[in-house]
Amino acid sequence: MSVTDMFVRLQSGLSADQETREDIRKVVQTLEQSAREILILLQGVHQKEGFKTIPAMSLKVREHFGTVQTQLKELATKFSCEQYYRFHDQWRFVLQRLVFQAAFLVYLESEQLVTREAVCTILGIESGREKGFHLDIEDYLSGVLNLASELSRLAVNSVTAGDYARPIRIATFINELDFGFRLLNLKNDSLRKRYDGLKYDVKKIEEVVYDLSIRGLDKTLKISEKP
Amino acid sequence: MGDKEGSEKFKRSKPDFKQSQRKDGKGSTIDSSSSVILAFQSFQHELDARHDKYERLVKYSRDITTESKRTIFLLHRVISEPNKDDVLVEANRKLDGVREKMKQVALELVGEDIYQYYRAITCGLQEYVEAVTFQHFITNRMLLSLEDINRQLIFDNDINIASNNEDQTRPSILSLPITPVDYLLGVADLTGELMRLCISSVGNGDINTPFELTQFLREIFDGFAYIGNTGPYEISRKLYTLKQSLGKVENACYMLKVRGSEIPKHMLADLFASKSELHEHDDGMS
Repeated sequence: MSVTDMFVRLQSGLSADQETREDIRKVVQTLEQSAREILILLQGVHQKEGFKTIPAMSLKVREHFGTVQTQLKELATKFSCEQYYRFHDQWRFVLQRLVFQAAFLVYLESEQLVTREAVCTILGIESGREKGFHLDIEDYLSGVLNLASELSRLAVNSVTAGDYARPIRIATFINELDFGFRLLNLKNDSLRKRYDGLKYDVKKIEEVVYDLSIRGLDKTLKISEKP
Repeated sequence: MGDKEGSEKFKRSKPDFKQSQRKDGKGSTIDSSSSVILAFQSFQHELDARHDKYERLVKYSRDITTESKRTIFLLHRVISEPNKDDVLVEANRKLDGVREKMKQVALELVGEDIYQYYRAITCGLQEYVEAVTFQHFITNRMLLSLEDINRQLIFDNDINIASNNEDQTRPSILSLPITPVDYLLGVADLTGELMRLCISSVGNGDINTPFELTQFLREIFDGFAYIGNTGPYEISRKLYTLKQSLGKVENACYMLKVRGSEIPKHMLADLFASKSELHEHDDGMS
């Protein structure tokens, strides 16, 4: 085989790759659009009367996640699933955002940390690598870290809205998360960088709880909250 | 120290709040058997396993890189026909060693997505491509194809290794396919070696090799030009260096043609060295 033939053959392989990337990008763009729409809906909880609308909002968001599911299914058809990590960078960011949104939704509904499997169900993807398009553990953890900063913001806004019990529950939740993340031995990568921001979220929430407790604002509501 | 003091102060400043908050919470500390903590414990194992594997692969990749580099240096010692065979045998032996390492890499990657750990091994693979294509060029004066390289990277999974590991059923055939991009980057590096070979062969009074090399480099250059910017970014960057190498080699041939008949052979090398230095200087300026 001559040198030219070899390069011609290699080139056709490279063009095919480029086309795949192109296809993936198109689907990822639609995913980003859906993620933006979901975000707008979720941001409603920061409003004054936001908490009352949670059930209605959650219905709408779940509907949008239905769209996301079909979009992710379409994405999975654009390449062979053994090559997941080859193109990973292209959807990594949007997938982390969707994980955050799913986690936020689940938190608002049940005040629980969403499990990795539950996120996969919400997004309609597989939980294990062997089965196909799946959720990478680092992407899941990044999404959860985004949840922490969103919750620290929510704690502040819920005080403004007159809900003094919520920040305390959020504080418990974030403390548990913080404890969980401390169990991990993170490498010096982007996940580690994001984890380093968690302590500021913890601090922020503790300050809110502190402000409430020195004014006795937590006590009054605590009684009614306890079963 | 300052940091420690600061955190202590921070703790001391609001001890009451911390305690009261904990009392109001579910327990005095976080429940270590809660589902969240259990989940994070399993994440810990998963991440640790992944990082360990990555580190092992980086180590293999480094070994592959150094051994391949040594092979290339060895191959540069081919000066004349008599020692050629010895050197080639030695080089082959070294490359077998490298392939043994690559088998270990392949073993690590059984059942994994190769692209997940791609960054750990890509340097080693490129260097191997460079070494093996260089060796092939010296023996056959041809460019070794990607298919041929990959054919050498199919290993039998012998019982020895299988029994060392746990009783897992492993496929009997292992392979570590080089990706087209790694191949191209390796070949681009090869051209640098060929340029060195060209200059040194003039020093040895060999005036045929430079012409052969120029022809060969031109073909490779044309090939890369055909790929152009369809490949990843690194390839276009290498293309620039390749152009420089080609320029040097073409200049060398030019000098040989023009001056070859006038100047005694042993002085050609000196002439050349000064000329190519001048050329490098030009590149720096432009």
